Order: sequence, then structure tokens, then C-alpha cells
Amino acid sequence: MRPRELAAIGAGVVLIALFHWLLPHVLDAYLLRVVLDVGIAVTMAVSLNLVNGVTGQFSIGHAGFMALGGYVAASVTVLLPRALGFATAGAALAAGYGFYAYALFSVALVAGGLAAAGAGWVVGLPSLRLRGDYLAIVTLGFGEIIRVTLLNINAVGGARGFTGIPDLAGFFPIALVALVTVLVSKRLVGSTHGRALLAVREDEIAAEAVGVPVARYKVKAFVMSSFFAGVGGALFAHHQAYLNPASFTWVESIKYVAMVVLGGQGSISGVLVAAVMLAVMPEALRFVKDYFDALRQTYAAGGSPVPALVQFLAEKDLRMVLYSLLLVLLMLVRPQGILGTREFWSWKSTAPPARPRKAGA
Amino acid sequence: MKAAAAGTGPALEARACSIAFGGLRAVQDFNLRLDAGELCGLIGPNGAGKTTIFNLLTGVYQPDSGDISLFGETVTALAPWARAARGLTRTFQNIRLFKELTALENVLVARNLGARHGIGAAVLGTPGFHREEAAMREDALALLAELGLDHRAGERSGSLPYGEQRRLEIARALATGAKVLLLDEPAAGMNESETTDLMERIGRLRKARGLTILLIDHKMRLVMGICERITVLDQGQTIAVGKPEAIQKDPKVLAAYLGAEDNGGGASGSSTSSGRGGGGGGSGSGASGGTGAPAAGKA
Repeated sequence: MRPRELAAIGAGVVLIALFHWLLPHVLDAYLLRVVLDVGIAVTMAVSLNLVNGVTGQFSIGHAGFMALGGYVAASVTVLLPRALGFATAGAALAAGYGFYAYALFSVALVAGGLAAAGAGWVVGLPSLRLRGDYLAIVTLGFGEIIRVTLLNINAVGGARGFTGIPDLAGFFPIALVALVTVLVSKRLVGSTHGRALLAVREDEIAAEAVGVPVARYKVKAFVMSSFFAGVGGALFAHHQAYLNPASFTWVESIKYVAMVVLGGQGSISGVLVAAVMLAVMPEALRFVKDYFDALRQTYAAGGSPVPALVQFLAEKDLRMVLYSLLLVLLMLVRPQGILGTREFWSWKSTAPPARPRKAGA
Repeated sequence: MKAAAAGTGPALEARACSIAFGGLRAVQDFNLRLDAGELCGLIGPNGAGKTTIFNLLTGVYQPDSGDISLFGETVTALAPWARAARGLTRTFQNIRLFKELTALENVLVARNLGARHGIGAAVLGTPGFHREEAAMREDALALLAELGLDHRAGERSGSLPYGEQRRLEIARALATGAKVLLLDEPAAGMNESETTDLMERIGRLRKARGLTILLIDHKMRLVMGICERITVLDQGQTIAVGKPEAIQKDPKVLAAYLGAEDNGGGASGSSTSSGRGGGGGGSGSGASGGTGAPAAGKA
């Protein structure tokens, strides 16, 4: 790594540490929670982008990898200390073993990532033979298999959910992982290996003809993508302090696919922005109802009749309707993705394609 | 990446290759021997099986029977990329560039074969990795310059003019370090002057790099002009092999192209055409997607 890059990364880490200390002072618990959710969404979307955006495969099983990472990591922090004689890592923390709790948490993150990467390798194999819709169905099925399997393992709580997970994932680890995911993606895409992945997306037959081992690269993409999804799941587990298989349905996977598509299928910066937008939007839209509710009361206090529209918007919770409408609107306005093919770090406009890229395959 | 040639044996050899798609016997008992440095042509009417043979040679299809070897090494079971690693690459009849990537990136993709640094080194950005990337970039730019495309390096390849896209495909194929190059209709859709330019370029590249080339084209001026030996296919079968002059007079070839009825007339017609001087008629019909007859004049 070049000195300039090292300095930039170092500055980034220091900044994250600073915010880690600062944010709890300036944000209330709810807003802090939203920020952390956004961080995890960035990790998930940017990692999915490696498969769906860069390599041009179509996976809708990302939540499955997330679940696997989360459950494995939680097992490490909860079940392992239990086996070693501590009730929970939280108890260890309370008993003055803070350092050990965080060391254990670090191990858990890596373990979650590796478990998901292993699963990614298994899912990557059918992708050698399947394309487009067919691959999508396989990944969908795989995600559901993971979820249903977890649902039936009693040791991790089954349908009741996995409780007692120590709340260790604050801003620092979440933002750090998001930063690492973005950096790794960026460096990968800028290298010969990233170009090989892009070539697979553009034309498999031509890629193979000029010496790109297409099958190998597809599997590599799946493995890397699911590794970060697993780490994302591990963070999620230790941020929520609770896991339930119901959090990892295919709807969750679709959410990440939407972030990648809206972000521009391959533009890391675009996916990052889309992830932030789509993760914030459902929360931001809560205020729509609050606003109209307040407006209605102003009308009522002033003695004037309340307009029907205000009444309607104040009474009904249209949050998800508005969310969907905004999503449709964004896709109509920016079919090529929020930033097109551009990146923050190379703001060249290489003749931005006017037409949308072919989706998925 | 230099082809680790086993050294001995012809550059590319196909022995008794056959493939059928369902009931259609697309290629039957195909034999080919390309010695190192040769420039040979593969012609035949539409649907004769020319592109299928390219797909067999490069490994897109597996032959039902028969063997393919590269510099004496049997490669029949190898995937296309592994054959590329051994020095065999191709271009495509209907251009298959990585459209969203720039011209430079297209060429760089083909340099992936020579990459010694793995994903880990790329992510960490080790000095060795940076040196390798810089060297790749330099090589790729030199190749673009060699094909007269250096001014297009940063442009999206899908938006290049047609002729330049064809040349970029050749540059990309060469970037693999190819020793044997299969060109599938490199002059399709090109006008006269572009075709002449392409012929000269192919000749120069071949000399400079010691390439062995197999070429498919419908433009008889191109094929007859630069190929040393020609194989003629019809309905999956090899009907003639020989020098261009001999091919032009071969009654079987004329029958395949013009229909069987009067061989005598066809033969006499070919005697008047002196190959290269065939003129606009023959190549014009080639460009319009028809099959230009080996003898320049059709009527």
C-alpha cells in the first residue's frame, strides 16, 4: 500500500474512532440505532455488489449468508463462554474481562465471515452452470434453506430466536467493517482480478476466450461477497443483541438487491449511496405521519376544518407505500443507477450510458 | 505470457474431429494442420460449419470424436481459457467486446493470464502488485498503439466505430500472448480501404510476432490475397485443401459455391479471374452477407 493510501486509511480509522466516542453524545438512542443500521446495510449492499453488480450474476440469497454469519458469530460469543464457564460474554465483560469480550467478538466476526464464505463457495458452484433467472432461483432456495435450518436448531433458539447476545457492535466495529468492505471492493475492482470479474459480466464467452477462467472467478466473487455478508450478519447479531430467523427472509435479500440496482450495478460509490438512502428512507418517512398529525392538531386548535388530505395522511401509516413509490420514482429517474458508472475516487464521465444496463445476467 | 510450447509438433492440429447437434452433423471428420508461422484460410458457404470448427478448436464445444492438439500437446479436454493460456486465442464473427469497459481495459483483461499476484496482493496493494499493474498497462497501451487504437484507450469500447472494434478484438486476443490466432471474419462489414488496411496489419503483426493464423472470411480478396493455404468446407465436410490458385479452380469448390450444374463454365470463369484483382463484384456480395464465390465473377 502506498504511503498516501495508508495515511488516508489511518485518518479514516481515527475519524471513525472519534465518531464512535462523539455520536452517543449528540444522537439519541433511536438515531444512533439508525446510523448503525445504515452501516450494516452498506456492508451488505457493497458486498452483494461484487456478485450482482461487478460479476453480473444474480443472487437473491444474500440474507441467507448474513443469517449464517450472524448465528455462527453469536454462537462464538454466547455458547463458547458458556462452555468455558462464563454465563455470557456480557458477564465476562461485567467480570472485568472487557478485553476478552472484544477479542472474542473479533474472533466471532471472522468466524461468521468464514462460515458464510464457505456457504458462498457451495452456492458459487451451481453458478458455473446456471445463468440469470435460474441462478436467482437457486440462490433464493439456498437462502431459505439456511433460514429454515436455523429455525429448527434448538441450540440457537429455533423459532424463539437467539437471545442473550452481548451488545458489542457499536459504531466503531460497524463503520470499520463498512470501510473495509468498500476499500476491498474498490481495490479489487481496480485490479486485474476485478477487470476479470467485469469481463465475466460483460461477456462470458469472450472472457473465457481471452484466458479468463470464468468458473473460478465466479466462485471467487461468491466467496468474497458472502464473507462480508457473514461479517455483516455478525455485526447485526451483536447490534440487535438478538437473532431470529424471521429477520432473514428473502424479502431482506431483495432489499439489498434493490440497493445494488439503484446504485448502478457495479459502481461501488453508487451502491454505497443507495444503501444509505434506502436504509434511512423507511425511518425518515416515519416523520411524514408525525408531521401531518401535528398539522391536524394545529388546524383543530385554530378551530378551522381539517382538510381531508391532512386528515388522511395523519391517520394512515403510509410509510411503506411512500417508500415503494419513492423506489419506483428513483428507478424511473435514474435507471442507470444513482451515479451511473462513476465513482467518488475517479469522477470521470466516461460517456455515461443513456440506456439502462441489462439487469442481472 | 509466453506459450509454454511443448516445442515439437504443428502449432495447431485437429484430427478427425466430428460434432453433431441433435441430428445435424455440423462437422464431420475434420482434419487440419497448421505449422508454426502459417497463415491459412477456412472458407465455405454459410452454414458450412466454419464457426463451429472455431468453437471446437478453442474449446467452446467438445468434439464428439477426434483430437485437438496445440504445439504437440493434446488440449481436447481443456477449457477455452486453458487453451488461451497455451497460446490459442480467437476473435468473434459478431464482435464480442466487453462493451462497458474502455478499450484499454478490454486489452488489460486479456493480460490477466500473466498475472502473478493474487487477490490478496491486489487488496493490500503490495509494491509487486503495483509494478505488475503498471507493466500490464504499458504492454496494453503498446498493443493499442500497434493496432492504431492508442487514441481510443480511455473510450468505452462499445462506442467505438465498427472497424476499430474489430481491431480492438485483435489487440485483445494478442494481449494474451497468443501464438496461434483464429480470426472469425475479421473484415466483415468493412469497406475496401479498411479491408486493405486490415490485410496489411495482419501481415505485419504476423511477421513481428511470429503468429500462426487461421482465418475465416467471406471476402475472397482478403482470403485469396493473404492465405497460403485454404481449407474449403461444405455442409460440415472438408471438400478441398490447397493453395489459393488451386482452390479457385477446384470443381468441387465451385460446385459448392455456385451450384452443381455446369462445372465447365465455372472453371473457365475462374481462369479469367486473377485472384486479387477480383474487383468490387465479389467482395461486394461478400459484405452483403452472401457468399462471395472463390472466383471473383459470379455470372
